[in-house]
Amino acid sequence: MRGKGNKEKSKTFTRRSLMIAGGQAGLMSLLAGRLYYLQVIQSDEYSMMADENRMNIRLLAPLRGRIMDRFGEEIASNRQNYQVVLIREQTGSVEKTLEHLSELVPVPESDWARVLKETRRKRGFVPIPVMENLSWEEFARINVHSPELPGIQLEVGQTRYYPYGPLFAHTVGYVGAVSERDLQNLEPDPLLELPGFRIGKNGIEKYYDLSLRGAAGTSRVEANAYGRVIRELDRQEGRPGDDLVLTIDAELQKYAAERMGQESAAAVVMDIHTGDILSLVSVPSFNPNSFTTGISHKEWRGLQNNPKRPLGNKAVAGQYPPGSTFKMIVALAALEHGAIGMDHEVYCGGSTKLGKHKFHCWKRGGHGKLNLREAIEQSCDVYFYDIARKVGIDKIAEMANRFGLGETLGLDLRGEKVGLIPTKDWKQAVKGERWQVGDTYNAGIGQGYVLTTPLQLAVMTSRLANGGKAVTPRLVKQKQQPLKEGEEVPEIADLGLNKTYLRYVLDGMFDVMNGKKGTGRASKIKVKGWEVAGKSGTAQVRRISKKERLTGVLKAEERPWEEREHALFVAYAPFDEPRYAVSVIVEHGGSGSKVAAPIASDLLKEALRLDPVRNKTRSKFVVNPPATEEDDDAS
Amino acid sequence: MPLEGREIGAPEQNLPLTQKIWDMNWGFILLICAVASVGFVMLYSAANGSVEPWASRQMIRFAAGMAIMFVVALVDVRIWLRLSYPLYALALLMLGAVEVMGVVGMGAKRWVEIGPIQVQPSEVMKITLIMAMARYFHGLSLEDVRRIRWLIIPLILIAMPAALVLRQPDLGTTLLLIAGAGIVFFAAGVSMWMFGAVIGAAIPTAFFAYQFLHEYQQKRILIFLNPESDPLGSGYHIMQSKIALGSGGVFGKGLVQGTQSHLNYLPEMRTDFIFSMLAEEFGMVGGLILFALYILLIAYGYAIALRSRNQFGKLLAVGLIGVFFLYVFINIAMVMGLVPVVGVPLPLISYGGTSMLTLLIGFGLIMSVYLHRDVEIQKR
Repeated sequence: MRGKGNKEKSKTFTRRSLMIAGGQAGLMSLLAGRLYYLQVIQSDEYSMMADENRMNIRLLAPLRGRIMDRFGEEIASNRQNYQVVLIREQTGSVEKTLEHLSELVPVPESDWARVLKETRRKRGFVPIPVMENLSWEEFARINVHSPELPGIQLEVGQTRYYPYGPLFAHTVGYVGAVSERDLQNLEPDPLLELPGFRIGKNGIEKYYDLSLRGAAGTSRVEANAYGRVIRELDRQEGRPGDDLVLTIDAELQKYAAERMGQESAAAVVMDIHTGDILSLVSVPSFNPNSFTTGISHKEWRGLQNNPKRPLGNKAVAGQYPPGSTFKMIVALAALEHGAIGMDHEVYCGGSTKLGKHKFHCWKRGGHGKLNLREAIEQSCDVYFYDIARKVGIDKIAEMANRFGLGETLGLDLRGEKVGLIPTKDWKQAVKGERWQVGDTYNAGIGQGYVLTTPLQLAVMTSRLANGGKAVTPRLVKQKQQPLKEGEEVPEIADLGLNKTYLRYVLDGMFDVMNGKKGTGRASKIKVKGWEVAGKSGTAQVRRISKKERLTGVLKAEERPWEEREHALFVAYAPFDEPRYAVSVIVEHGGSGSKVAAPIASDLLKEALRLDPVRNKTRSKFVVNPPATEEDDDAS
Repeated sequence: MPLEGREIGAPEQNLPLTQKIWDMNWGFILLICAVASVGFVMLYSAANGSVEPWASRQMIRFAAGMAIMFVVALVDVRIWLRLSYPLYALALLMLGAVEVMGVVGMGAKRWVEIGPIQVQPSEVMKITLIMAMARYFHGLSLEDVRRIRWLIIPLILIAMPAALVLRQPDLGTTLLLIAGAGIVFFAAGVSMWMFGAVIGAAIPTAFFAYQFLHEYQQKRILIFLNPESDPLGSGYHIMQSKIALGSGGVFGKGLVQGTQSHLNYLPEMRTDFIFSMLAEEFGMVGGLILFALYILLIAYGYAIALRSRNQFGKLLAVGLIGVFFLYVFINIAMVMGLVPVVGVPLPLISYGGTSMLTLLIGFGLIMSVYLHRDVEIQKR
């Protein structure tokens, strides 16, 4: 019985075991099938995913192109930025290391706290910046002691540096970190997402950002799951940004900024033939280097609240009534349209009446009888009331537009303002009122609605001085590519003015500086061959009331700063062989002839002194002078 | 134990020690060593081509485990039979101790400290439960096996440790305990319809039990069903493991050349996911060779079971080899994304002392069954 039972049992066991084994064989086949599916059928897909895992592409920031003045002087360059970074896993204790470090170079309290916070958040092998922009001495001191500072590493990066500080802040602009808005607005570039990458935020830096920026290099690295780089697989160097040569003369710019001192003022010096802007000054200014490293809140507030508006570029974005500097336009409009002849004379008794209104000349007693040339020389308002009325506002506006007033001139800067040259239609459309003759009177002396920028005034003066050619300003030297065969430098368009009339007006400007009664005669340049022609302007900020007329107008110095007149002056030199034009505005400076004229005269004198044609020592600074360049300068 | 007189021609019941050593199943031992060597190679690779620190330690453990295995193999299978219940009771006691004074590690209580050594009672239970099951069914006639009332006691024997392990919580081991015992049930001849009924009842119960699972356990199952849904979270493990396998291709990337493993994308590459590293570095060819080694080992186990003349030996060998297979299958299926991540090591290969020791003791028992294959044992 037992034997039989055992046999039965054994048979059952054998059958059941084989069933289990069969099931297991089936499951093993399933695994083998799955192995085949993953490793053969889907292998390519998973291989790609494995590569995606291990390979990381790192961007290498290109060196930003330099910006130089016309003689190759660096205005914006890249400076070595000495940095200290800390690698947690190599330090014994972060606190102790920082303590030791601050014995050598004081670590600011805020940095200390930030580093401690970051070491807790980031992985041990990630370098954490401790300090940057160290001096060479500090850098060297840490370097000498580096054996005692495990985990402290020194790195040399590149930061934008503006060697002239505030001098070119408005023209060249500055660079800053990429903001969320930039990411949305700018053309996509992987560089923008690179931590610490800086882009042009203003001025030339912004306008030419793409060419200055260059192209990113890439480095393919193998990284592990924690992001630690194991090795570099390959590397493709980027293309550094292109250097940019400006038309600016740094030395002249420096002189101009110093000459204007503490005023709130702007000046433009221009080559009347080429349109090269030699100097574009707006004072006071700010230090663009502060923006590169991140400006402090206090400094920013200080800049914003300054009534002299250091952040704004007054030379291209400041709009002022041109005052009497507008009179050449009125004169030419009247002559060209035959409203008056060259012999037209007006008697000035100190004022003229229009209906009930009385329009005053700046000179209380009047100028007596004078012709156009004398009227320009002495800046007689009554004479210009008369001829403005005769020619009419629309013809004046048309002439003003020909000289670049009331339009943008296409300078390579953002924020260039249009100014305003009023017409009858304009007033109807914008103010909803009819144009009055009184408006024409005001416009005739560059007041009322008329607004211009210092840049426009400099262009206007250039176009007068170069014999009526439509020169346009430029800040960047033309790409110095050699001209192709048969290609000629395009002629600058002529404005189609009667040269006799123009000559006559220019003679008036000559008299302003050199005549016996010229308003600018105090600022005359006495060097032979450097004679200046110019025109003063004093722009009212507010109306002079009847009461003030009676009690006697207060002198500029006696009124609060913001109620004083703007002082303007436009000029060019040398008179016989014109080369440079200048416009100067001193905000609330008072009389144009007293305040602005001396500055304008000095700027022209300095421009002539520095002129490379005369000043041979400067020519050698020219980087790779192209053949055409000499001709340009000599013309 | 009453011993009947030895008949002429009947096999020797008490072999001398030297005879036993001579009789050892050396082919079986060689296979175990071969599989373990695959593990050493992988641990050498995991250390970026260095024997230190893992391969060397694993070798020492393996050597120590082998020694214990020999001792276990030399002990008479009848002694193991007699010790079955006491050992089971001891393991159950230790499981209870984990519940009361266990050491918490990796979010679960699995260890108890007995003097200087840490013991993982659930590992001990894997063997003692099989022993207890074999012991129980050894004493049962085929007719009794087919009666439900004789199955109540073994079901209770399974339920007690299963409940305790589930509380640790360790779902994977719980299921392995139940499955291992189930294999013994099946081999002993429990009626097919009963298995059908249990499986039929288990499926709705599983759905019901799912509600009571820990959140991390639920999450594992959900992510198993769709690993791509959470590539950086918990699905990361399975995804990276599949990438490692798939990118290995037919011939693999070569020893120490696996990018997924050596750049740390593959998690737990020394323990649970060691097969992924092997398949990445040696490709499908390497994977299939390992399969073949495992299959040979398992086949040897069956041969030993069938060759044994006593029911205890047969059931013990089949139960142990069955658990061994389950380990292999679940681990490999897990790294291939066929079953949820349950934390089952790859037998003889994954780095770790406890599972190595358990396995070698198990093999020791199987060898004891082989050495005492002709021993006849009374039912009670």
